[in-house]
Amino acid sequence: MHLDHTHDGPAALGADARRPDGTRRALRIGLGGPVGSGKTATVAALCRALREELSLAVVTNDIYTREDAEFLLRHAVLPPERITAVETGACPHTAIRDDISANLEAVEDLEDETGPLDLVLVESGGDNLTATFSKGLVDAQIFVIDVAGGDDIPRKGGPGVTTADLLVVNKTDLAPYVGSDLGRMAADAEAQRGGLPVVFQSLRSETGVADVAAWVRARLAAWTA
Amino acid sequence: MSRAALLVLADGRFPAGGHAHSGGAEEAVKAGRVTDAASLADFCRGRLHTTGLVSASLAAAAAAGTDPAALDAAADARTPSPALRTAARRLGRQLLRAARATWPGAELDALARRFPKGAHQPVVLGLVARAAGLGPLDAAYCAAYESVSGPATATVRLLSLDPFDATAVLARLAPELDRVADRAVEAARRVADEGVDALPAASAPLLETGAQAHAGWPVRLFAS
Repeated sequence: MHLDHTHDGPAALGADARRPDGTRRALRIGLGGPVGSGKTATVAALCRALREELSLAVVTNDIYTREDAEFLLRHAVLPPERITAVETGACPHTAIRDDISANLEAVEDLEDETGPLDLVLVESGGDNLTATFSKGLVDAQIFVIDVAGGDDIPRKGGPGVTTADLLVVNKTDLAPYVGSDLGRMAADAEAQRGGLPVVFQSLRSETGVADVAAWVRARLAAWTA
Repeated sequence: MSRAALLVLADGRFPAGGHAHSGGAEEAVKAGRVTDAASLADFCRGRLHTTGLVSASLAAAAAAGTDPAALDAAADARTPSPALRTAARRLGRQLLRAARATWPGAELDALARRFPKGAHQPVVLGLVARAAGLGPLDAAYCAAYESVSGPATATVRLLSLDPFDATAVLARLAPELDRVADRAVEAARRVADEGVDALPAASAPLLETGAQAHAGWPVRLFAS
């Protein structure tokens, strides 16, 4: 039995920065957003960009399958023991916001079994514009939308667009084909977010996920400082 | 002791992971055994008098102070399906996490130390009831009610069943819930003299085999 430094109990309960053995736990970053906006593709790209420099793991929250976890496994972005799927009982937002116990167990088990980890990415199942992560589960959250979902989404706002620590507008390469005005999306996002950062990305471009990866590195530097 | 603590513990929104489980309803819906409010009522009644009674008895005995390890072994013996054992332990672990944050205490910490990957949920529930200042009857009510409220809520999602009809099913079961809770407390009382073998072992073979089949499905909404 390990020694407890920060708890009088045997295991972590919530978002404490220290693990029961006294070491700092991994930074937890949530990725949410509507169905099909590119959350899983962004997670995969982040894993490829960061896996050489960081020890990382991923938790997926699928709505009714294990597809997202299987996509990551199939593309071999991480070894299988570093990817865990949480089942959400048809309510992905419940599992990341209202009842986070299954996700907490998943991140803690990953850290126990494959750690020490620097970073755990928690991907939400595709949901709606109101889905946000509990602060009890993640330290920061990324909200992923795409240009093909309509260039009025930033204007419409909602908790994800407005409050996420980073807003990613994905698939910018599609903008000319779907008639989306990137300038308007940028202006609306800035108005809604009061200075919080926004990244426009196309994973098909040369830059790819680099801007998001740089933001993650900065969060990690702040976390471990 | 506060009676209102019972409302906190029994609230379906208590964040202990239950929302992701259907109590066998998903498998029963796919098999065509639950198709509407009437068949949901039959399903819930069957579950209440089998799984529900066993769970309520375990919870009542734990709340009365019976050794949780003996009760956990008794729960294993009454749960042939490995998938259901896994689900029960997972839910027990999630409940324990939520309860240690809401009603912190040495007894729950000791349980977490003894079962780091989780004890059977009804056993944890009984100890949580104790930690909340509640008694064996309260614990039995919680377990019995959960045994039917979970499937009813899940069926609303699975069949797009009218939520008023599903809630009416639960309301009609109330007198039977009273009787099951009373029987559970009576059984738990006998454990002091007769050991955990005095607890009911009512089995629901379709729930057990169904849970095994369900665990192998590639596509499903609920974890169990």
